[in-house]
Amino acid sequence: MKAVLKINGTEVPVKFDFDEHLLQTLRNHGFTEVKNGCEEGECGACLVLLNGKPVNSCQVFTATAIGDEITTVKGIGTLHQPHIIQECFVEAGAVQCGFCTPGMVLATYALLQDNPDPSDDEIKRALSGNLCRCTGYVKIIDAVKRSARKMKIT
Amino acid sequence: MKNYTIVGKSEKKIDSLSLATGESKFVDDFELKNLLHCKIVYSPYAFAKILDIDDSEARAMTGVIDVLHFKNTKHILHTTAGQGFPEPSPYDTVMFDHIMRFAGDRAAMIVAESPVIAARAAKKIFVDYQVLQPLLDPEIAMEPDAPRLHDSNRYAAIPVKYEPERNLAAEVEIGFGDISQGESEADFMIDHTYHAHYGSHCAIEPHSVKTYFDEMGRLVIVTATQVPFHVRRIVSKVCQFPLSKIRVIKPRVGGGFGGKQEVFLEQLAATVTIKHKQPCRIVLTRPEVFQSSRTRHPVRTRLRMGVKNTGEITFLEMDSLLNSGAYGTHALTVLSNCGAKVLPLFNKIKNLHFLGRSVYTNLPVGGAYRGYGATQGYLAVNQHIDIICRRLHLDLPQFIKDNHIKVGETSEVFKALGEGTEGVTQYIHSCGLDECIDYCLHEIDWYNKRDKKIRKGDRVRGVGLSVAMQGSGIPMIDMASASMKMNEDGSFNLDMGATDIGTGSDTILAQIAAEELSTNLDKMIVCSSDTDRTPFDVGAYASSTTYITGRAVKKCAAKIKEQIIQVAREILSSSANELIVQNSAVIDEKQNKSVTFSEICTYAIYTRNQFQIAASASEFVEESPPPFFASTAEVEIDTKTGDIKVLKYVSAVDCGQAINPQLAEGQIEGAVANGIAYALTEQYIFSDKGNLINKNFKTYKIPVAADMPEMKTKVIESHEKTGPFGAKSVGEIGINGPTPAIANAIYDAIGVRIFDAPFTSDKIYRALKSALKL
Ligand code: FES
Ligand code: FES
Repeated sequence: MKAVLKINGTEVPVKFDFDEHLLQTLRNHGFTEVKNGCEEGECGACLVLLNGKPVNSCQVFTATAIGDEITTVKGIGTLHQPHIIQECFVEAGAVQCGFCTPGMVLATYALLQDNPDPSDDEIKRALSGNLCRCTGYVKIIDAVKRSARKMKIT
Repeated sequence: MKNYTIVGKSEKKIDSLSLATGESKFVDDFELKNLLHCKIVYSPYAFAKILDIDDSEARAMTGVIDVLHFKNTKHILHTTAGQGFPEPSPYDTVMFDHIMRFAGDRAAMIVAESPVIAARAAKKIFVDYQVLQPLLDPEIAMEPDAPRLHDSNRYAAIPVKYEPERNLAAEVEIGFGDISQGESEADFMIDHTYHAHYGSHCAIEPHSVKTYFDEMGRLVIVTATQVPFHVRRIVSKVCQFPLSKIRVIKPRVGGGFGGKQEVFLEQLAATVTIKHKQPCRIVLTRPEVFQSSRTRHPVRTRLRMGVKNTGEITFLEMDSLLNSGAYGTHALTVLSNCGAKVLPLFNKIKNLHFLGRSVYTNLPVGGAYRGYGATQGYLAVNQHIDIICRRLHLDLPQFIKDNHIKVGETSEVFKALGEGTEGVTQYIHSCGLDECIDYCLHEIDWYNKRDKKIRKGDRVRGVGLSVAMQGSGIPMIDMASASMKMNEDGSFNLDMGATDIGTGSDTILAQIAAEELSTNLDKMIVCSSDTDRTPFDVGAYASSTTYITGRAVKKCAAKIKEQIIQVAREILSSSANELIVQNSAVIDEKQNKSVTFSEICTYAIYTRNQFQIAASASEFVEESPPPFFASTAEVEIDTKTGDIKVLKYVSAVDCGQAINPQLAEGQIEGAVANGIAYALTEQYIFSDKGNLINKNFKTYKIPVAADMPEMKTKVIESHEKTGPFGAKSVGEIGINGPTPAIANAIYDAIGVRIFDAPFTSDKIYRALKSALKL
């Protein structure tokens, strides 16, 4: 199948199989910042925002995402212009291997859009679709709190 | 503490912004044209003989390029353990065999133009299996009528005990003193058996490899590995392809924890590329990772100790039975470490005997896993001393303080038991264990909680303590190296074989170099783990990188510094002893003149007596100074349902000088989180035929943020005089704490001890019920 997807604000022509999941389509077209940790909807490494809402892209058929705003981690900030959340993950030491980080950053972004001042429990719940094996989540939770604080100021 | 400018600072991990913005590339992020995709076909039987394979239907499918199996591949005996040469693990593996030794052993591999075609073709392979009676119980593996897994043509590459005809993958035995003497001196004996279970590393990036020929016809292997140089050597051997024609590149790696110290996919991808002259990709699915990669070896530990009423231990006897699974990867060395990393901690014991045996079974394959035997050993020893102290009404923390190894002391075990063979005598130069213990007691409010069984309705609380040590590399075996060159703006290329798998080793090694050179971290341009570009390093295992590579980097930077001073002297016309290096410059205090690094290198390159300021250095270490660790857990158990919650977990580590405290803390937090889940929920569940049932994150139950207790982590610094700027290791040790600390806390709460980990609510419920009946 062929279609045009809206990814990070740009129209991107894509080719995909009718039963293909969005994760695969994104990765096949160079959006490798979307990671594959399980393809079973259980790790959150493949998390993207669909119209602002966090979804595991391995569980979404590409065909159903046509017309939606798709945001990957590069859509909120880049190496040269990082988002506050990305900077806070760096400062907090929340990035070890970094394989979970794109998903974690986007889950944080979605949370803080809805709830700029989350409690610890709300943070933990919001991140509970995202697995991290490296950090024990301590510094990730810290990164989310830092992000919330900094985003309020700016 | 010493005054450093870069060392000891929580500098930002140098690759972290790139990772957080999705720029960094992992193996599967590299784009290759004309890529071939592979799908492995696994044995559904725990033990079977392949009588025949019919691949004709698969081969006939459009897009299928090849099917590999025992009939058309080389049978070179090797071990997949990514260890130094000669590997201490037995050579008992070939790429494709006709005997399937566990449910998940590979029978064949499809090579196709797309992953979808490969997966479809995998269903069209018809294997004629003769199903055999599997051996699923390690306890009976050595019995004369047990099924035999391996032929006697399997062999060990080093002179160690290896008897495949008895399913014995490894055996070690050491002892000193006289056990019967110890028995006669004892007032009583404590004798228990503890079980450590299977575990999966669960690095979120699955095992991945890509291979291709570069424009010079050299084979490039881009792989998620902890051991790039061992990959090069093993692939060269197994594929019979010249080592000089292989280049291994480790890009960013999404976690390893020991799981990627195994070379079991690279040779398959390389075989495809060599045969078809096309790039090849193998990426495991999550169920494949659980079932067919490597695991934590389950160990049954019987501990016997004789004790005097004063608390003195008169003898210790440890009998460890390690279930190696279908192959003997790390079977000898993990086994050795059950004793070697554990027994020296209590070095006052005069009569000691350790017998370890690793046996084959038709179950998933064990391997390296953070903790590496120490985890299994400490699980037993920490519970045992808790039991002794309870029986004698002794204060457990004080008992540990009285008995643990101290600065200036040694243990006979160091010499007697190394990594499979004899060890190396060593003395302790730094030990902050007492401070670690005190911090953990204070933070958990130990003396107001221990033995108090604080109740709230049906829920009762308890606290537990555990301690551990590890090592810093393998003494007399591990080698690491670094090379550096200077650029005319005062920056430095730092090239190392060391393998950053998410631990932050690129960062802390750059910090070491910057500190030695009195320059800034951003002056270091790090290139690591590329067998063409960087000098040798054993890789990321055995908690070796900070200590061994760190020493090599420091030595290399010191050589560079000498050259910088030499050039500065020429520029400033200074005499010998007057120059100091500070803030990226060399200062002649007497003449009150200085010259910057940039000026120095520009001069060296362009002005006079031109040469490249460059150096390389290697380190080979003679000792392995142990870091020390203490942790306390507070648990709450519902006595009606057995439901258990860890409320708080406190850890403290003495890792010498922490090069980067934030990263050091992160290592402990991650290890502890893994350890808590290993203690409570993570386990392998098998069918009665030996098939793994819970092959995904959800059913294996790895923790999410909401599962985490309150965590407190402290880095207690000591100064290890043999370490780079006083550093020891930190990567593994934390995982040794939770299982015994939680076991001890459970006992403190409910007065019941569960000897089989994990301590699931279900087991606690059953234990409570049977305790009530008694
Ligand atoms: S890859 Fe989609 S949830 Fe794991
Ligand atoms: S940082 Fe490695 S999985 Fe989260």
